[in-house]
Amino acid sequence: MLRLPRFRYLVPVDLDEAAALKAQYGPRAAYLAGGTDLVPKMKNGQHEPEVLIALGRLRELGGIRGGKDGELRIGASTTLATLAADPLVRERFPAVARAAEGVATPVVRNMATLGGNLCLETRCSFFDQSREWREAIRFCLKKDGDTCRVAQSSERCWAIQSSDTSPLVIALGARIELHGPAGSRSVDAASFYNDDGIQYLRKQPDELVTGISLPSIEGGQAGYVKVSRRSSVDFPVLSVAAWVRRETPQAPVLEARVVLGAVGSAPVIVEEAARILKGRPLSRESIEGAAEAAGRRARPLDNADVNGLWRKRVVRPYVARALEQLEPS
Amino acid sequence: MSEHRVIGGSSRRVDVADKVTGRALYADDLVLPRMLHCKLLRSRVPHAELLRVDVSAALEIPGVLAAITGADLPIPYGILPVSQDEHALCRDRVRFVGDPIAAVAAEDEETATAALARIAVELRPLDPVGSIEDALARPEPRLHQYAQHGNIHRMVSQEFGDLEQGLAEADYVREDSFFYGGSTHLALEQHAALADWSPDGRLTLWSSTQTPHYVHRVLARVLELPAARVRVIVPALGGGFGGKTDPFNHEVVVAKLAMRTGRPVKICLTREEVFHCHRGRHPTRIWMRTGVKRDGAITAMHVKTVLDGGAYGSYGAASTLYTGALQTVTYRVPHYRFDGARVFTNKPPCGPKRGHGTPQGRFALEVQLDKIAEALGLDPADLRLRHLVSPDSLTANYLRIGSTGLRQCLETVVERSGWREKHGQLPFGRGVGVACSSYLSGAGVAIYWNDMPHSGVMLKLDRGGGVAVYCGSTDVGQGSDSVLAFVVAEVLGVPPGDVRVVTADTDLTPVDLGSYSSRVTLMTGNAALQAAERARELLASAVAGKLEARPEELVFAEGRVFPASDPDTGVSFAEAVVAAESRFGTLATVGHYAPPAPAGKFKGSGVGPSPAYSYTAAVAEVTVDPETGMVRADKVWIAHDVGRAIHRPSVVGQIEGSVYMGLGEALFEETSHRAAHNLVPVAPSMLGYKSPTALDMCEVESFVIEDPDPQGPFGAKEVGQGPLLPIPPAIVNAIYDAVGVRIDEVPATPDKVLWALLAREQGREPRVGPGALAELPWPETVRVRPPWETAGASAPVRKEQD
Amino acid sequence: MSERGGGVGPAETLRLRLVVNHRPVELLVPPHRTLLELLREELGLTGTKHGCELGECGACTVLVEGRPELACLRLAASCDGAEVTTVEGLARGPRLDPLQETFADTGAAQCGYCTPGMLLVAHELLERTPRPSREEIRLAISGNLCRCTGYLRIIEAIERAAERRAGADV
Repeated sequence: MLRLPRFRYLVPVDLDEAAALKAQYGPRAAYLAGGTDLVPKMKNGQHEPEVLIALGRLRELGGIRGGKDGELRIGASTTLATLAADPLVRERFPAVARAAEGVATPVVRNMATLGGNLCLETRCSFFDQSREWREAIRFCLKKDGDTCRVAQSSERCWAIQSSDTSPLVIALGARIELHGPAGSRSVDAASFYNDDGIQYLRKQPDELVTGISLPSIEGGQAGYVKVSRRSSVDFPVLSVAAWVRRETPQAPVLEARVVLGAVGSAPVIVEEAARILKGRPLSRESIEGAAEAAGRRARPLDNADVNGLWRKRVVRPYVARALEQLEPS
Repeated sequence: MSEHRVIGGSSRRVDVADKVTGRALYADDLVLPRMLHCKLLRSRVPHAELLRVDVSAALEIPGVLAAITGADLPIPYGILPVSQDEHALCRDRVRFVGDPIAAVAAEDEETATAALARIAVELRPLDPVGSIEDALARPEPRLHQYAQHGNIHRMVSQEFGDLEQGLAEADYVREDSFFYGGSTHLALEQHAALADWSPDGRLTLWSSTQTPHYVHRVLARVLELPAARVRVIVPALGGGFGGKTDPFNHEVVVAKLAMRTGRPVKICLTREEVFHCHRGRHPTRIWMRTGVKRDGAITAMHVKTVLDGGAYGSYGAASTLYTGALQTVTYRVPHYRFDGARVFTNKPPCGPKRGHGTPQGRFALEVQLDKIAEALGLDPADLRLRHLVSPDSLTANYLRIGSTGLRQCLETVVERSGWREKHGQLPFGRGVGVACSSYLSGAGVAIYWNDMPHSGVMLKLDRGGGVAVYCGSTDVGQGSDSVLAFVVAEVLGVPPGDVRVVTADTDLTPVDLGSYSSRVTLMTGNAALQAAERARELLASAVAGKLEARPEELVFAEGRVFPASDPDTGVSFAEAVVAAESRFGTLATVGHYAPPAPAGKFKGSGVGPSPAYSYTAAVAEVTVDPETGMVRADKVWIAHDVGRAIHRPSVVGQIEGSVYMGLGEALFEETSHRAAHNLVPVAPSMLGYKSPTALDMCEVESFVIEDPDPQGPFGAKEVGQGPLLPIPPAIVNAIYDAVGVRIDEVPATPDKVLWALLAREQGREPRVGPGALAELPWPETVRVRPPWETAGASAPVRKEQD
Repeated sequence: MSERGGGVGPAETLRLRLVVNHRPVELLVPPHRTLLELLREELGLTGTKHGCELGECGACTVLVEGRPELACLRLAASCDGAEVTTVEGLARGPRLDPLQETFADTGAAQCGYCTPGMLLVAHELLERTPRPSREEIRLAISGNLCRCTGYLRIIEAIERAAERRAGADV
């Protein structure tokens, strides 16, 4: 049986206490939400927090609230199962429900939280392994070593952004709410992520995600595709979030975002794809053009379930399929 | 069909109530007072001289009661007599990442784990051998001195008949190369063992093993204990598939630690450690040259295989022979040559996994036949139907075929799948493929040479009417305990619920060799049949007089014994037992089974023979996404000749489970290792290793075909392995039908399919598969005249079409 | 000003009160124990199995507040006040749950190791969706790996149990 290492277990009653505790213990402490990402990693020795700050009692992190203009605020501690089943989410942002539904397994979704998924650690087939395995490869840049095992001469870490919800909330123009010792703030989802396998989030270490707010945008529609080896359990080897805004489904696209997940250390926003889509109605031509642009932009490496060359090659068809979800039927 | 009351029915299995309520106790559920926990220190390098192991610092930790190294266990062992090349803890060499070096026993697992970190190990690394090509190119450093040639563990070369003559008679000859990827069993239950050493010098080991008898022998020899003082018990077992048929390091180690500390010692392996144990499917290169007549009749076949064996022998010498042995049992092959080799590499040892070597040869044969059919302009199913082996015949390599329901199997799946309307006619992206196969119902030869039965059963009759059946067999989930109960219940006419089955305890139960090679239904079933018939004879003779009938006229049914002519008279079963015990004294009977001697007598003839062969045919339908190469199995139609279904739900369960595992090997699963990183396994976890989920599994239509074999109990043959074999070739044949590309290897992952499609777009050969095999220093070929050329062959042989 | 929360050090134990299989239990456990360890080792409820302990196989599925969760990932400390159901709690006295009956009848349990987790997932599915489609069943059990059955008899057993439950309700 794999056992957890020992730790101090703290249960703050409110956000301020939680943030204060994290500030007090610094990198020796970790926030614990659903535990579906952190607990296995602790068993594998990938993380060794001496202190766990459990977020389970923080009511401020819960709830799904719809605004009268159609916007939605979702608390970070909302489980992915609750999120996927919520009638407001399914009505106003069906792609979000679909993305949440595809994460891991139904049982994991009962435990995993939206906040946890948005902050999901970057993954790599050389990092997500037991301590003994990593010792056999002499560790890696991300932990305990000095060489990136997937790109030996690299000075940065190439672990992969693997969250299903991140690319989508970026495409939707969401804002991510944070709380820290200095108080609350919110950031544009697009600027929350950093293209580095180690420093993959742009936030202060003691800040925690408290929720997201999804703006309601007239004429906005999103599509999402997750690609994985198996139809359940697996992390994405590629995901595509696509969003357009137009006055009617047949009208020219006024705004667009195409975001690729699992091909880099941060979600990849393909500006050129958006440019190709804008100014004309969604058509076979514009979809193909956007898809090809996305394919050119993606540079996945060989540290996922399927090799990088295949993942790069299939960006085009999968982006096309995500955009086809937005075609007027 | 229902001349039987229990056989062929759908009663509940005898152990299922405990399984659905959580009462069944598996090895890791067992707890003994004062129990200690064992952890193993495993090598982090793939190949090295082991210079020094110092456990003294570990012993200083409070709560650590013992620590041992290879110095404490000098006697080697191995499942096969020809490859006794393992030590419970490495002595002077480590040979793969994961090879156990030392062990500790402590009050709890955390203390044991902490103790491992204090063990000092000094190694001198050696160059690792990482692949077949590596092993062939580099005889040094040698992994094992006993290897036949450098790092080639073993080579065999056999020719039956005259290959050149057969090829000369062919209208069409083709050569093809294939690669069959390695895979692992991934039974849900992790290996666990609990050892107890009593003050009077008796060792008891509870272990999750499929082969308690072989573990018994190894423990006695390695621990230098009298075998009569060693007891191996198998609790409920959570799946095996061949992954729990080797005697393991951890079994010997916990026993030794129990002897050292005087306290019970338990170990449960982590999932990653189970990957280190491995003993899975050998990655295999296969090359075949086959000659056929214009109508598809095979005139000659030459098969060469090279197996990547990993670091130790395991069953590998047999696995090698199995990659070639069964190529002759489905279609007539008049001249056959087989060259097989296994190499050592610094990776976890490969061994028997469901199908044991035969999937590799079968894959090559069934895919090559598909190519041959296309070249000759024949339908692949029709080609096979024309040239099936005959029942009651001997193959060129002396395998004795009894019943063969293959024709009915193939015709059934062809009809029910709509094959004739689909093959070559579905829209681009959808396709169907067909394949056939056959498998042993138990190996004809035991792992160690002896003249004793392969399976024994004892029966005890209680005055209250209860019957106890004792047998050494292991129920791995396939339902073998229930087979025993059903056979005995049928013969004695008692409800299966009155039959108590006691199995897999080397102190209490007669030897059964173990749950491997699909031997259990046939061999223990026959032994149980014999024991039950002897018991019935005793009972019949005791009550015949009183019932005024001859013993042969008595019927045993519904818990009663009565004359056939006068069913309303008679006695209860319990009364019959009382009568018999009064007359004969304490009642018990035995039964046993040993398979017939193999027909062939040549080097290597021990692998391949079986009392009976099962037959399977399958059609698979797939959808291929040509833009991505993703393949989805839509449906499988599969017909399996099981001889006789002793228990229908168990037969269907094995068919569907085999299809599932075959699908996994065809499309998803692979064990591979990183050549650039100390040969660590790529994916030693349930997340990384792609075992199909409920959403990946296709619908299956199964057809249970019964062509009873006189060798089997009630005619029964095997079903636990055969149905896996046609699936990988049927799937890749279906991929070809769908999108016109040949994937000559498994798993047929999306990237391979996409590359083949792109190759075609770019005007290159639309194929993914291996190239030519490096040449091996094959030994001199053993030439054997086929049975029809020698006088006195022991079974009627028919070469012509019926 | 709000009351400050509690905590426990690595060498200390927490007092937990939970309801396991309809019966209240009280235990002292250190914070690094998982619910899996609590159930199997503190309470002797070995019906809950483990295939990986990393949340990847579903074998350790139990019901927490009626929802399927992975006991190997759930800290025991977070279960204070929770209601937990394991496979041992499915039957009511001698009466088996319809799912246990149908699993036994159809051959949905071969080696039986994935069975406890499957039963609990299926139980919650039928509570939530009394007449699930085949696709809904596949989805519900998609995180529970089985190596023996190929899932098809498990799906059938769940369908049959749904019918039985519907019949019993009439």
